[in-house]
Amino acid sequence: MKKSQRASNGLWIALLCLFMLSPGLSAARPAQRNIILSTTTSTQDSGLLDVLIPIFEKKTGYFVKTIAVGSGQAMAMGQKGEADVLLVHSPAAEKKFIAEGYGVNRRIIMHNDFVIVGPPSDRAGIKGVKSAAEAFKKIAAANVIFMSRGDNSGTHAKEKVIWKAAGITPGGQKWHQETGLGMGQTLAVAAEKKTYTLADRGTYLALKKNLGLDILTEGDAILLNIYHVIEVNPLKWPRVNAAGAKAFADFMVSKQTQKIIETFGVEKFGSPLFFPDAGKKEEALGK
Amino acid sequence: MSADTPILEIKNLQVQRGGAPVLDISSLALAGGEILCLIGPNGAGKSTLLLTLARLLKSSKGEISFKGRRIDSNHSMLTYRRNLSMVFQEPLLFDTTVYENIASGLKIRGMNKNEIKDIVEEYAERFGIYPLIDRSAKKLSGGEAQRTSLARAFATKPEIVFLDEPFSSLDPPTRESLIGDLDRVLRETGTTAIMATHDQMEALRLSDRIAVMNQGRIAQIGTPEAIMNTPADAFIASFVGVETILNGEIVRTGAGTVICHVQNGEIEAVGNAKPGERVLCCIRPEHITLSTGAPQEGASARNMFSGRIVRISPMGLFYKISLDCGFFLTAFVTILSAENLALEEGKPVFASFKATAVHLIRRSARG
Amino acid sequence: MDIVVEGIKHAFILLLTLDREVLGITWLSLKISGSATFLSMFIGVSVGTAVALNQFPGRRFVVSLINTGMGLPPVVVGLFVTISLWRHGPLGFLEILYTPTAIVIAQTVIATPIVMGISLAAIQHLPANLKLQILALGATRLQMVWMLVKEARLPLLAAVMAGFGGVISEVGASIMVGGNIKGYSRVLTTATVMETGKGNFDIAMALSIILLLLAFTINAILTHIQQRERPR
Repeated sequence: MKKSQRASNGLWIALLCLFMLSPGLSAARPAQRNIILSTTTSTQDSGLLDVLIPIFEKKTGYFVKTIAVGSGQAMAMGQKGEADVLLVHSPAAEKKFIAEGYGVNRRIIMHNDFVIVGPPSDRAGIKGVKSAAEAFKKIAAANVIFMSRGDNSGTHAKEKVIWKAAGITPGGQKWHQETGLGMGQTLAVAAEKKTYTLADRGTYLALKKNLGLDILTEGDAILLNIYHVIEVNPLKWPRVNAAGAKAFADFMVSKQTQKIIETFGVEKFGSPLFFPDAGKKEEALGK
Repeated sequence: MSADTPILEIKNLQVQRGGAPVLDISSLALAGGEILCLIGPNGAGKSTLLLTLARLLKSSKGEISFKGRRIDSNHSMLTYRRNLSMVFQEPLLFDTTVYENIASGLKIRGMNKNEIKDIVEEYAERFGIYPLIDRSAKKLSGGEAQRTSLARAFATKPEIVFLDEPFSSLDPPTRESLIGDLDRVLRETGTTAIMATHDQMEALRLSDRIAVMNQGRIAQIGTPEAIMNTPADAFIASFVGVETILNGEIVRTGAGTVICHVQNGEIEAVGNAKPGERVLCCIRPEHITLSTGAPQEGASARNMFSGRIVRISPMGLFYKISLDCGFFLTAFVTILSAENLALEEGKPVFASFKATAVHLIRRSARG
Repeated sequence: MDIVVEGIKHAFILLLTLDREVLGITWLSLKISGSATFLSMFIGVSVGTAVALNQFPGRRFVVSLINTGMGLPPVVVGLFVTISLWRHGPLGFLEILYTPTAIVIAQTVIATPIVMGISLAAIQHLPANLKLQILALGATRLQMVWMLVKEARLPLLAAVMAGFGGVISEVGASIMVGGNIKGYSRVLTTATVMETGKGNFDIAMALSIILLLLAFTINAILTHIQQRERPR
């Protein structure tokens, strides 16, 4: 009968489609080929991983699935054993993560820093202020809006730390607005409203020319944004790709990778986006 | 199968809907080549009977036999259905050309292209739509569409055709023309047919037998004359159009005739009832003659009454005249006669009819 | 508004120079959404037709379910599919989270109720006696279903187009289950969100325009099939 013939043809085509799109059984050396790397959107957006991952994949034959989400979600994925290795920058949360036994081998990779940016008119008068907490106090006192990401990202976490240091609780206040968006979009909103926000230097530099915002406060140690790589604990989650996670983490601290990190961004932005720190102690960073 | 085996036979057929029986036929047999018309009011079960006979509707009880073989299993149902066709009140054509529509039954049977072509053209010709053969079904008039439906039904050379009021939604001239073509094709092909219709003229014209249905049962089945002139009960009588029905009691009998006493009068009728029996006297309106002068002595009509015209109602080609002669009579008079007699309401007239025109229904019968 | 103009210019540059990454993303979008539409067409038309043509206890409830499914929020689907597919979920052993296959699955779940619901309505809208007429012509049940589907092809193709439209434009579930992995599970919609998030509005606009062009082209083809007069 025509219909059943057509039906069975269609079924084969559908199965073929599904098969075509499946990861496939291509030649791969490691037994468990996929590594799920959970990291943050700002790390992804900097473009660094687009350079490093292909090098790693070519070298080892692993296939890295980079899942870029907010810091909170990245850590949550690690807690549930749904990721193999984390590349994040929320030291307080990371320490808790390790303490609770979810991760092992927390190793420092690099740092960049945050900057407080705002309109050239700078009504809060924070330009040149050395202390980030001071700058925040001034912003709170002046009648200006502060744009927060409000999404539990690493940036948001850093922002909260600075407010705490300044002794101010901005939650619910009218001048403290939360976008719930990524770094690039939050910068765009701040630029639109000609007002202040906290941003990582890398994203700011990438978008600088269209924004019309200037760096007003920088260099304070508290503004350092330190990246660690953490392998998810295979004892807690036996199904994680422990070998792959270790391979990736080793790669990140390796000499060649650190060299690449050192020069990343210079050509495009005139200054590097990150500063390699493998092997150093966290407390030693900052001037 | 012998020549006497009916082509279609029903025993104790029952169909239920929502727990209540909507069809209950104890027996029915259809001879090959016969044309049976089903008439009856809406909801009588005509469509239900047709659909059940075509095995398109499930019966809850009873059996249907085609050429002596019972139709019950799925396999025999498909084979059976391929020997029949059905035409509905709506043409139900497919969204394609007339050619493709007529060919659809043949394509279902897997016939090859060349054979199909010959048959389609033949039946398009037979139903007078050959020039329209490449036209899209959406662009046909009501009559052309129904012709296509008929051609499609007959193209598969069915042994039985079921027709459910196929001409109801067509205007009279189209209906006329189609009935003529259907009649011709049925006779030419010798196909057995069962047709449900509202139009008694259609039934009278086409059928070998008529079945009157009421409330899911066959109230009476017989030749058109039998139904029309000797209805079995008051319901049938009123349905097939006998207008005058009078309550009476037999008072005297004669040689093959009886005298009934009805309200304010006596009617002579042909029949075998006994004195004292209660009867209904049924007189067809076309059998009543009206005149304005007193009729001659010795005229053949035995029943003569004087009365007054109460109402004149136009009925297409006739006038329906209601008379009060002490009891009510209804007569049909042609428009010409009405003018000649200068009939008008209130006018005194004489009504007469033969004893043979009076049909007696004995009160013990249903109704 | 010059962002739109910039976007259009950028879009054409990307297309004309056959930018590899953009072409890859576009082709992947087409493959994924195409497969999902295809699967949903099969499941949707057959189940929708079956429900339309048969009486069974609880039928009305099933129809309500289908109609509700048409409005199923895609992100909800994405969440449920993610939970099912992740490593420690019931289907984790399949290891298809963060793959294009996962996106096909999520999109199929989104599109199928749409195709099903519209097919159901399309078949129910056919004249009541048409099914009986086809059976009276001697059709088997399978032939009957096929002929009814042919008769309803106009609204059924609309159903397929609705399903396709729903998934080619879908982003929430696609990000969740696909992971937006560069060169692997990144499609036009997820790439657009990402570029917007980065602040690269011109690239985002270009991708949006390409997406619109893609959707328009596919729908133009389907519309042509739907509207053409049957030959013969």
